[in-house]
Order: sequence, then structure tokens, then C-alpha cells
Amino acid sequence: MDLNLTAEELAFRDELRAWLVTNVPKDWNAWREKPLEESFPYLRAWQRKLQEGRWAAVSWPKEYGGRSATLMQQALFWEEMARVDAPPMANSLGLGLIGPTIIACGTEAQKKRYIPKILSAEEIWCQGFSEPNAGSDLAGLLTEARLDGDHYIVNGQKVWTSYGSLGDWCELVVRTDPNAAKHKGLTVLVVNMKSPGVEVRPLRQMTGESEFSELFFRDVRVPVENILGKVNDGWNVAMSTLMYERGSYGARLHLIFKRFITRLIELSWTIQRNARPAAEDPVIRQKLAQCSAEIEIMRFNQMRAFSRITATGVPGPEGSIQKIFWSELNQRLQQIAQEILGSYGQLLAGDSHAIDKGIWSYAYLRTRGNTIEAGTSEVQRNIIGHFVLGLPRSY
Amino acid sequence: MQFGLTESQEFLKNSARKFFAGECPSAEMRRLMETETAYDATLWSKLAEQGYTGIIYPEAYGGVGLGKVELMLLMEEAGRALLPGPFFSTAVLAGSVLDAVGTPEHKKKYLESICKGEVRATVAMLEAGASWNPRDIQLSAVNGSLTGEKLFVSDAAVAGFILVVARNGVFVVDSKARGLKITRMSGMDLTRKLYTVEFSNTPAEELGSNLNLPRAFHIATAALAAELVGGMQRTLDLTVEYAKTRKQFGKPIGIFQAVQHQCADMYLETESSRSAVYYAGWALEENSPDAAVAVSIAKMYCSDAARTVGNRGIQIHGGMGFTWENDLHLYYRRAKASETAFGDATFHRERIASLVIDSGGVSAKGA
Repeated sequence: MDLNLTAEELAFRDELRAWLVTNVPKDWNAWREKPLEESFPYLRAWQRKLQEGRWAAVSWPKEYGGRSATLMQQALFWEEMARVDAPPMANSLGLGLIGPTIIACGTEAQKKRYIPKILSAEEIWCQGFSEPNAGSDLAGLLTEARLDGDHYIVNGQKVWTSYGSLGDWCELVVRTDPNAAKHKGLTVLVVNMKSPGVEVRPLRQMTGESEFSELFFRDVRVPVENILGKVNDGWNVAMSTLMYERGSYGARLHLIFKRFITRLIELSWTIQRNARPAAEDPVIRQKLAQCSAEIEIMRFNQMRAFSRITATGVPGPEGSIQKIFWSELNQRLQQIAQEILGSYGQLLAGDSHAIDKGIWSYAYLRTRGNTIEAGTSEVQRNIIGHFVLGLPRSY
Repeated sequence: MQFGLTESQEFLKNSARKFFAGECPSAEMRRLMETETAYDATLWSKLAEQGYTGIIYPEAYGGVGLGKVELMLLMEEAGRALLPGPFFSTAVLAGSVLDAVGTPEHKKKYLESICKGEVRATVAMLEAGASWNPRDIQLSAVNGSLTGEKLFVSDAAVAGFILVVARNGVFVVDSKARGLKITRMSGMDLTRKLYTVEFSNTPAEELGSNLNLPRAFHIATAALAAELVGGMQRTLDLTVEYAKTRKQFGKPIGIFQAVQHQCADMYLETESSRSAVYYAGWALEENSPDAAVAVSIAKMYCSDAARTVGNRGIQIHGGMGFTWENDLHLYYRRAKASETAFGDATFHRERIASLVIDSGGVSAKGA
């Protein structure tokens, strides 16, 4: 056990820090993003700049434009990005999830065709996984792809698609063998979102914004060379994508949470409660301390998980505790923020009395999604119960 | 950065687990808890042979000179076995106080005998107010003697000497000293006995000032949290095993999500406690600027988690969990005693608040 950074890790971090000092945009407001569509040209430009410095996809192998960064270096990358309030990258799903899947499962032709444009943000990617009747039970998905000569004909509906309205390409999980057992009949297709028969409808969520879309596929023709991996092996391809989803990206969360709690502590010195600063109220102090401590424990858990994955080579099911921990912690953090802000907590962006431009009311509502997206807390507990503790499958 | 155990740390942990499983299995633990003091001379000499009694102390005093992370691992395994008797009081608490506060001469005289397994010892801190804040201590030594009372002193009846925290320093009192009266307190934890210690004009040798006491208490607090982690792990293991084998409605109860999800939460709480404890051990070893916060985080989290894990474990065991013959309640009792020892979660949250809120920001060392 040695929590000091190694020479390689320090060198990586310092090189990135130096690069960020001269390159990170100063005009980005990390507190409250504009709707994604409005800021998208800006985010594309930022990603291009990162890639000029070879920083857009550090985890990717060098031959594909990455840095073959270790998991720890990837974690440092996200920490540094969060530390300087760097904007997100336009093609975050392409870089974080789909690119690695193409590199792992794709043909040489597919890699050549898609990888460079993922890196340059020239082509934006989205993910067509969830369906109205296949959420936690993803393998129950119904979108079908019927072979017709050298094309598949795709029909069905996807939901909760991030970047749906901006996407040029979609990593789409479809059912190619309706007679096989439900995990066995799935295939992953790469679908051009400009194809005839693809319709994208923004989905308005409880925060009022539309981060996600619904996708409709009506007789969409997809050439067979767009199969990613093997026919009817889509479950394994999709699962490898989801593994990446639970990878190093979480490393930035503790800095983001820390920024929230640091600001909250600052506010608690200015907001009065029982005729004294909230920061002097014993109950508030208890809650802030609990939350600060849990943010640290989240970091310790992550560091231990990274070391374990580095040692074993694969992200294991233990990653589920990370997902439960951060999502539920974020909800508690925002609940405490609401308690401290009192009546002001409810004020929305645009209200002249709102504190911090209404970020707190937004964050409070947004955190409800945390325990649902990327695998509900219930599914994560099933994963721990069955795959970690060896209890019988409950479903 | 490497937040995993090294090969030698893994070796230490595994051999400690084997040692405790062999020398102090459940039946032996139960036998000892029914005795007056829970101390066993044979077991003690074996602990000393392993080097456990001097694990973190300098070789110059007969110790093994290992680090605080290693101490956490040893205590975790001791906690898993619910090791009864004065091991924590002697080898962790009294030893750390001697190491932090005493002169080389004191260490030669007292610490060496601890390391060699020749003596048991303890620390007397709490008074009637039961406050873990050193500022609340009333007892003072006057002209080299003590008069007053300490409460909740662990393992005092088997201690060869008692280190007494007074207003004006730390003092050593020999167990045979005049005017010393030791009386059992009936505590919930049957494996670690508590006592009142009364002094009546009792001669006391000054060990040193209270200035360095926090360092020793940090080590003891983290070690106690590590012990809780071991207890949580044992409770989790017993519970998962039970959930796999106990059948109702024709199925193992672990198939029901109401049961399975509680097991998942026990796992999450146990692992998170372990992360916090290992980090605290490392921070103490490195004298990291956030060591005090890290210790409070570990003790706070483990104090609450050990109780919660125990609650869930007993609940999942159903009627069996409520019986005397099942070991769960013994871990649950220890968890309650350790929860309040060296400050409960509320105490440490306030300590974190004073370190974090009052400085206006979260004072953790960035990675």
C-alpha cells in the first residue's frame, strides 16, 4: 500500500497540468451549463484542441490516438479536468464507451472508418440500449433487425438516449434471433442516424431539460458490415461497453462533490439559522461533517477499486458499490444543501433571488436520476448479492 | 499509487487470520468471555511469540517495527475472531501512549515488557462525565500521587500497570500501588471487561505531558475501527452463509431481494469501512496532514456501520439471530462498546466539522 503517486503518474499529471494551464478555456461556466445544443460547437472545438495535445482519449492504445494510460493515469486525467473546471468533451460517449468497444470488438475496417472521427468530434455517437420495456431487464429488448440480403431492416424504439438529437451514429442493440434465449439473440449494430426511418424526439425530464431522447426506427436499412462483434453476440459486446461506463470516469466525482460541499460550507457561514450562521448550528455541522466524510470515503473506495482492477485486469462486480455509493451520497448532499438554503433552495435559474443562479434547485432534482441511470440501485444490489456474495439469483 | 496490500501485508493478514482461527475459535472465545477477566496466559504467550504484542514498536524495545497499516490488518483479524482479553488495551492503547509520551528510559522499562509479552497494561482516561475530550479531565496529580476515580477502564484487573491521563500529564500507576482499588463494571461487551479505578493518595510516576497524547489516541482509535471492520466482515460472512442455507417457502431466503439487498448493503458498509480504516492507517504512518481527519472519518463511519451491519445481520438470521447460542450478538455487543469508546460517530462528526467547516473548506490532501 502506497498512496503516493509513482514517478510515471506524477509525470503524466504534471504534463497534463502544464498543458491545461495554457489551453483550458477561461470562459466556461462549470456551475450551470447551457442546453447542450447551444454549447455544442464550443465543446467540439474543445475536444479538437484536446486531441491536438493527444488528451482526448488517454485510455486508448497509442496506435489509435490515445496514450495507453493506466487506470490510475485515467483517474488522474479526470481529476485534473475537474480541478480546472474543464468543459466536457462533445463526444463523451464515443470517447468513453463506444470507441473502446470498437477497438475491442470491431473489424480493422470499422476501426479505420470510425475511430479518427470519434477523436476529432467530427462524428458524434449515441447509444441505443434501453427501451420502454427493457430498462433494468436490458436483455428483454424488442427492437428487431431482420436480415434482408446484405442489409438488416431495423424496427423498434429506444429511450433514454443521451446525445440522441446530436448523434451522427448510434451503437444500437437489436434482436436478431427472436427464437434464441433472450441474452443469446442480440446483436450490436452501428447505425447512421441520418438513415431514412430514424426519428429522434427529445424527452423532457423532471428537471425541465432534455438530456435524453427517444429514438424510433421504422424499416431502417443497416448494411451487414455494420455489425459490431459477432451476430447474436451482442450481449457480450454491450456488457463490455457497460464495464467502461463504470470505469475511471467516476474519479472526477469526488472533486465535483467536493466543489459542491466547499461552496455549501461557504454558504453555511452566510446563511442564518436560529440567529446565527448555519455553520454554527450543531445539527447542520453534523450533517455537513457526515457528508464531507462520505465524499472522502467515496475517494478511498475508488482508489482501492482502481488498484484492484489494475492488479486483476478486469473491472469486477465490486464496482457496483461505487455506483450505489456516489449516487446515494449525491442525493444526501443535495438534501443537506436544501436544508441549509431553506426557502432559497427552491428558486430556479433566472429568478433574481436565486443563490448561485439556481444550481441548487436544479441539482436537487437532477440527483433523483442518479440512482436510476447507468443501472438502478436495485440492479446494483442484485449484482452485489449474486455476483459478489454468491446469493442465488433473485430474478 | 497503490491502494492494495503488498505481498508482505497480505501474508501478515492471512497468517493472523489463521492464527486467530486456530488459537481463538468461537468456542474458546466463548469460554474466555465467561471467565472473570477474559484473559488467558497461554493465549497471551502465543500472541507474544507471534510478535503481535510489539507489532508497531521499535525493535530497540523488543518490538517488530511494522507500520500502522499492518496494525490495522492485525486488528481487523483480531476483530474477526472477537479476540477477548487485554490485547487492545495493552498492545495498542498502552503501548501507543508509552511510545508517544514516554522517555527512552520509560520505554525501556514499560514498553519493552509489553512487546515481550511479559505484562498487561491499560490506559485510564474517562471520568464520571464520560467525555473523550481531554479538556474535560479533572483528575490531577499532586506531589507525585493521585486521588480520584477513573471509569470505563478496559482490562484494568489484569494490568500490571495503568497509564493514567490526568490534567497535568500522563502517569504510571503500578497495579500493586497503595490506595488503588479496581472494581468491575458490568458492560455489554463480555469479551472486554471494564472497571472503575479509584486512587486514594496513590503514588504515580510521571510519564510525560499530554501534548503527544493525541498521536497515541489517533492510533488507538483507528485500531479500534479496524477491529470493527473485522467484526463486520464476520457478521457479513455468517449472514450470507445463513441466507444461502436457511430455507423458507421452499427457497433459500437469500433469493428474496428484501434479504439480498440488505446483504448488499452490509457488503457496501463493510468495504467502505475497510477503505476508511486502511486510509487512516496509511495517513498515520505517513504523518499526513489529514491524518486527524482521516482517523475521525474512519471511527465515525465504522461506529455507525458496525451497528447497522449488526442490525441487518441479526434481522436476516430471524429467530436464530436472537438466540444466545448464535455469535452475532457477541459481535453486536462489542460493536456497541467500541462505538462509544474513543468517541462515537457524533463526537467524531463534530471533530470533523471543527477541522473542515471551521477552516472554511474540506481539508483533504488532494491525490
